[in-house]
Amino acid sequence: MSLQSNTPEALRVVNLLQERNLLPPNPVPAPTPCLTQDLQKLNCSPEVFRCTLTSIPQTQSLLNKAKLPLGLLLHPFKDLSQLPVVTSSTIVRCRSCRTYINPFVSFLDQRRWKCNLCYRVNDVPEEFMYNPVSRSYGEPHKRPEVQNATIEFIAPSEYMLRPPQPAVYLFVLDVSHNAVETGYLSVFCQSLLDNINALPGDSRTKVGFITFDSTVHFYNLQEGLSQPQMLIVSDIEDIFLPTPDSLLVNLNESKELVQDLLKSLPNLFEKTMETQSALGSALQAAFKLLSPSGGRMSVFQTQLPNLGVGALQSREDPNQRASAKDVQHLSPATDFYKKLALDCSGQQVAVDLFLLSAQYCDLASLGCISRYSAGSVYYYPSYHHQHNPAQVERFQKDLKRYLTRKIGFEAVMRIRCTKGLSIHTFHGNFFVRSTDLLSLPNVNPDAGFAVQMSIEENLDDMQIVSFQAALLYTSSKGERRIRVHTMCLPVVNSLSDVFAGADVQAITGLLACMAVDRSVTASLSDARDAMTNAAIDSLSSYRQSALTIQQPGLLAPACLRLFPLYVLALLKQKAFRTGTSTRLDDRVFAMYQLKYQPLAFALLMIHPALYRVDDLNDEGALNINDQTIPQPRVLQLSVEKLSREGAFLMDAGIVMYLWIGRSCHPSFLSQVLGVPNYAAVPEKLHLLPELDTAESQRTRAFIGWLRDQRPFFPSLHIIRDESQLKPHFMQNMIEDRTESALSYYEFLLHVQQQISK
Amino acid sequence: RSRLQHPPTEPGGTDKKNRRKMAFTFAAFCYMLALLLTAALIFFAIWHIIAFDELKTDYKNPIDQCNTLNPLVLPEYLIHFFFCVMFLCAAEWLTLFLNLPLLAYHVWRYVSRPVMSCPGLYDPTTIMNADILAYCQKEGWCKLAFYLLSFFYYLYGYTHFSTFCVILKNVQYLANISLAFKFFPFLSLNNKLVYFIFFG
Repeated sequence: MSLQSNTPEALRVVNLLQERNLLPPNPVPAPTPCLTQDLQKLNCSPEVFRCTLTSIPQTQSLLNKAKLPLGLLLHPFKDLSQLPVVTSSTIVRCRSCRTYINPFVSFLDQRRWKCNLCYRVNDVPEEFMYNPVSRSYGEPHKRPEVQNATIEFIAPSEYMLRPPQPAVYLFVLDVSHNAVETGYLSVFCQSLLDNINALPGDSRTKVGFITFDSTVHFYNLQEGLSQPQMLIVSDIEDIFLPTPDSLLVNLNESKELVQDLLKSLPNLFEKTMETQSALGSALQAAFKLLSPSGGRMSVFQTQLPNLGVGALQSREDPNQRASAKDVQHLSPATDFYKKLALDCSGQQVAVDLFLLSAQYCDLASLGCISRYSAGSVYYYPSYHHQHNPAQVERFQKDLKRYLTRKIGFEAVMRIRCTKGLSIHTFHGNFFVRSTDLLSLPNVNPDAGFAVQMSIEENLDDMQIVSFQAALLYTSSKGERRIRVHTMCLPVVNSLSDVFAGADVQAITGLLACMAVDRSVTASLSDARDAMTNAAIDSLSSYRQSALTIQQPGLLAPACLRLFPLYVLALLKQKAFRTGTSTRLDDRVFAMYQLKYQPLAFALLMIHPALYRVDDLNDEGALNINDQTIPQPRVLQLSVEKLSREGAFLMDAGIVMYLWIGRSCHPSFLSQVLGVPNYAAVPEKLHLLPELDTAESQRTRAFIGWLRDQRPFFPSLHIIRDESQLKPHFMQNMIEDRTESALSYYEFLLHVQQQISK
Repeated sequence: RSRLQHPPTEPGGTDKKNRRKMAFTFAAFCYMLALLLTAALIFFAIWHIIAFDELKTDYKNPIDQCNTLNPLVLPEYLIHFFFCVMFLCAAEWLTLFLNLPLLAYHVWRYVSRPVMSCPGLYDPTTIMNADILAYCQKEGWCKLAFYLLSFFYYLYGYTHFSTFCVILKNVQYLANISLAFKFFPFLSLNNKLVYFIFFG
């Protein structure tokens, strides 16, 4: 079998203490598994399915020796530009393990196929012998199911527990005094009005609205009424629905009423003086409303819920924010929200939470409502329509994406692996209904998942192993569909091959998920020690077993050379850092994002990308849609790479900083920012002016290209040296020393010292 | 003179014997109660093992399973605590010391449970994690083994104490009879038989 020859490069020995420029100029690519050319051509895209070790060890003891975690990171519902869809009367599956037929099965002859997960021999059904694409008979291996690793089936009625549900959207809005102060309500109503025709769904789509402060308000939107009718229920201890129907109405039939309601809602509560928030009761009412059909609940909350069931206390001690020891209160205070999330999950209701608050809101308890019902959490700290326009812009753009993106209802996902491997822990927003079945009331294209695996039986006599993720969902048009992704990887039995196939970015992503779990169940310092030990153990294992010559210094294989840098970045990340003042809600949100975001964006959060933008040129530029997009080099995150004479862009995932050096060239300032000199750069600028100069066009093209690659909207902050946001910018300089953390070089020395103990 | 007479009793002797008799009967009673309650505990342990196996083989939903298992946790711990207290009152030190580790384990397990509003140990969102499931299964088997061993231990204890009781009673009663024969050798056989039955 001819293998791809990437082994020598991946195992090239690097002395981390001596080599200073480890980052490649462009973003780090995913490693290619060591498979034959034709197998690798068919393999699943690494953007969808990625494994921490692209060469699977043959035995559990070999895996333990390598001291690297084994797991998969997947993004199964990602928006794909090319997705083959198959409508077939029979979906061919293995008889024993129920795996879908995929490109890595083997055909024994034209009539029988061997499953690659359980090795059972199955018969090829008669209908499968005919290939509709090429109109030929007798070549089952040419069918699209066997030629594509990512494919979607239209599922027949055996895959439905009940008739496919319509799209049902319920919006639960906080209208207390605090909420009206922030001004989010008008932004939300305007955004929904603009996108009301773009909500995914068909003629059966339903919407409803609930607002709450110290009482819960429902809106009767029955078709035929002249205006929406508000019904107030003040018995929040035992909430009930005031009318049996017409609270959730068909969107097409009652569209004018819905639009009237959205136009009048901000004015209705303009003068409110209610300061209490009965979130728990509102959620119970919303659950009652949605439980017959299932659907999506979007909750907007701006303060700590302090009335009725599910009331929370303020647990954060502001003096402990910069504590160098453990951080308390990372786990939920009450299990009310978790229990409600499980009830919602059982009725196919997903809850998405939008938290727009300046004070402590106990996100650790509130977030449970989304975590176990497959919802998502959006967080806009210190949201205010006047004082914080950057957050307002981010909220608007995120809402647009949220309302119009693809959605799947009443979904379940099953991840299968070849016999001998088993999955033992799952990370992400869902409920684990059985040992490999995940219940996802809603599935959205921005959610990522991770699983950890172990090797139960030795993988002897196997050259390759396969993994299959199958997602069964109802599309917004009421069609039951199955999206199947299959990946195959080689099996190796030597430690150096295991190291050669290590995917350092996937390992970092999985390590972050494991550390979040450990922080909540044990303690934060435990999690930090575990992460440092991961780096120490793997490099020590490499040194002992894979190196033939003992050289001084900290040696690592080229494929793992960025591992200590990423581990240090994790230790300095908002989720895990100690000694620097971090608000508890910010920390908890960072932890949620590490588990929820797909790998590419999680890595941007962990290790932001730094570019110099004042000397952009067209060298190596991409040409997309007649626009030339410059590709500047990725720089190391150290102040020694910054220069007073330049301007630098830091891309940290959900936020971008454009830092202007004190002696920046005036031509850049005038041509890109439209100001004559450095002193004239405004204090809180978050938009690049659209000037007609070549520099401005290049800069805007580059930033626009970066923004288009991700589904959420990163806010841009243009900062000078004296700006208030400068500490945020400097905190991302991972390689530098701070009062509470080591510099990168010191960290390497610490690791080396621990290895040679 | 064929009349029945109360046999002479030794002053102060009966009290001590009675107390000893009572102590032995109370211990026997404790062991008997512990025997019955351990049967209940064995039943709980078997229920746990079956429940976790059902979860592992995807036969049941974790939410339903946790709702069945959680109400059984506190009763099991309280039953075990109750007969530890009983053995304390019966001054059965060896048995108490054998049960103390399990009591401490129960206290630790309950104190470090996840945040829940209802009594119980099992959280449906984390129970499907393979390491937690494996731990609970091992715990179930270990407890079953411990309760089975305790069952046989209490059975031995009960028979030991109750035979001792019976022997003691027999000894006392034979002593009474011999005394009666000593004092009343002239009683006819019928009378002795009545006496025997009366004080037997």
